[in-house]
Amino acid sequence: MDVEAAKLIGAGIAAIPLAGAGVGLGLIFGNFLAGAFRNPSAAAANQQTMLLAFALTEFTGLLGFVIAMIILYAF
Amino acid sequence: MIHAMLHPLEALGLQAAGPMEQFQILPIIPLTLGDIDISFTNSALWMTIGVAAIIVFFAMATGRRALIPGRLQSMAEILHEFVANLVRDTIGHDGKKFFPYVFTLFIYIFVANYFGLIPSIPGSAHELHTFTTTSHIIVTFSLAMVTITIVLVYGFAKNGLKFLKLFAPAGLPFVLYFLIVPIEIISFLSRPISLGVRLFANMLAGHIILKLFAGFVISLLGAGGFAMILSIAPFLGSVAIFLLEFLVAGLQAYVFAILTCIYLSDAAHAAEH
Amino acid sequence: MLSSILLAAEEAVEAAESGGLPQLDASTWPSQIFWLAVTFAILYWLMSSYFLPRIGGAIEERRDRIADDLDKAAESKRLAEEAEAAFNRSLGEARIRARAIAGEARDEAAAEIVAMQKEADASLAGKTAEAEKRIHDMKANAAAKVREAANDTTRAIVEALILETPTDAVVSAAVAKAVKA
Repeated sequence: MDVEAAKLIGAGIAAIPLAGAGVGLGLIFGNFLAGAFRNPSAAAANQQTMLLAFALTEFTGLLGFVIAMIILYAF
Repeated sequence: MIHAMLHPLEALGLQAAGPMEQFQILPIIPLTLGDIDISFTNSALWMTIGVAAIIVFFAMATGRRALIPGRLQSMAEILHEFVANLVRDTIGHDGKKFFPYVFTLFIYIFVANYFGLIPSIPGSAHELHTFTTTSHIIVTFSLAMVTITIVLVYGFAKNGLKFLKLFAPAGLPFVLYFLIVPIEIISFLSRPISLGVRLFANMLAGHIILKLFAGFVISLLGAGGFAMILSIAPFLGSVAIFLLEFLVAGLQAYVFAILTCIYLSDAAHAAEH
Repeated sequence: MLSSILLAAEEAVEAAESGGLPQLDASTWPSQIFWLAVTFAILYWLMSSYFLPRIGGAIEERRDRIADDLDKAAESKRLAEEAEAAFNRSLGEARIRARAIAGEARDEAAAEIVAMQKEADASLAGKTAEAEKRIHDMKANAAAKVREAANDTTRAIVEALILETPTDAVVSAAVAKAVKA
């Protein structure tokens, strides 16, 4: 197989973790909203924790993106 | 392969550059220190611009120490209180001596992230294009290493060898320690990497995606005809991505600061574990 | 300008083709680390020694001032409450005194009324008694006069009848007998 083609396929595969990150982000925001609707008065206090969790989860997806970029550009 | 869709629109003065060009380090003033190349590059230029902007802002905000604060002073005080609360809530009483460091870290990354989002002046020299200093792994990793160095030095200085308790939480069955200690050590060693790579990856990914969408707009405009109408889609996409990046830029500065605080808190309270 | 763009673009293309990710080009790392250290150190020095103490000082000053003002306000409130309490106390005392004065006045008035009533009663009783006495006297007088008239009449009748003047004693005895009958 052509090396160029293998790189493109590899980069595509490396983007799959984005799906996991998407599921994770959905869980975070969904659960936050569910909790916030049950107890709206406590929502504001937990917003920072939610944003922190958002950033931490998003990172796992971005790691896949970075690996794809490294495959495409660094080799 | 990306360059295949490079479609110069000289008439518009626009040019679809590859998504990686924005990360090029270009020397402006060549300098060397011994054998080491320390040229004043576009990265250094934007670091300087960021720090100069912060200094000007704070000089203006604190110039008149009014009892009833003006707009600038209010902003500076809100920032101060925001970071002070962050430090107090995560580290506790020992946090006070780390406050200047965390504040500097936060404001430095915050400004670097946001200045990177400013669009470049069309037609200006590549050296003067806006540059996101935090999109380079060596910068973010260096900042992370500073944090971890402070954690290690302060941890050992405050707790002595009890700092090693961090790797062996008390109250576990003896056999479990063979499992827990390596895991804790690996997790500790991965901290600077994840801390640095997180910020780097966020900035890199955001700017690449922004550039890809912008590149689509240029390519579709260049194709002419029906494709020109289609170019509205990637344009709206780039606006949406820009909004997301606007959130991420602030959030990543906050995350970097809060994780620094959490690690410092570990160092401060290691002996109590 | 255009030539510089093209030059830059060419450079970038070359770099992208040769080095790949610019982030992984280790030849630029020393410069980045150096300038990061310089800018970060300057910012840290200015922040820790100049800006942050000033902002913190301003916030502290304001907090102290607000706490001070709150203390003052609390003190003023306490004074006002004290004044109100004193006012209420004096008001209560005045009310009690007023009530006492009113009671005294009422008692006095009542006593006066009683005394006046007594006096009036006494004078009335005196007058009644006098009047009764006068009536009684007048009655007695009238009765004596009637008897005298009866005696005189009797004597005149007897004189006319028997040409003899009866003694007073006989006449009066006879009149009394007739009256009794």
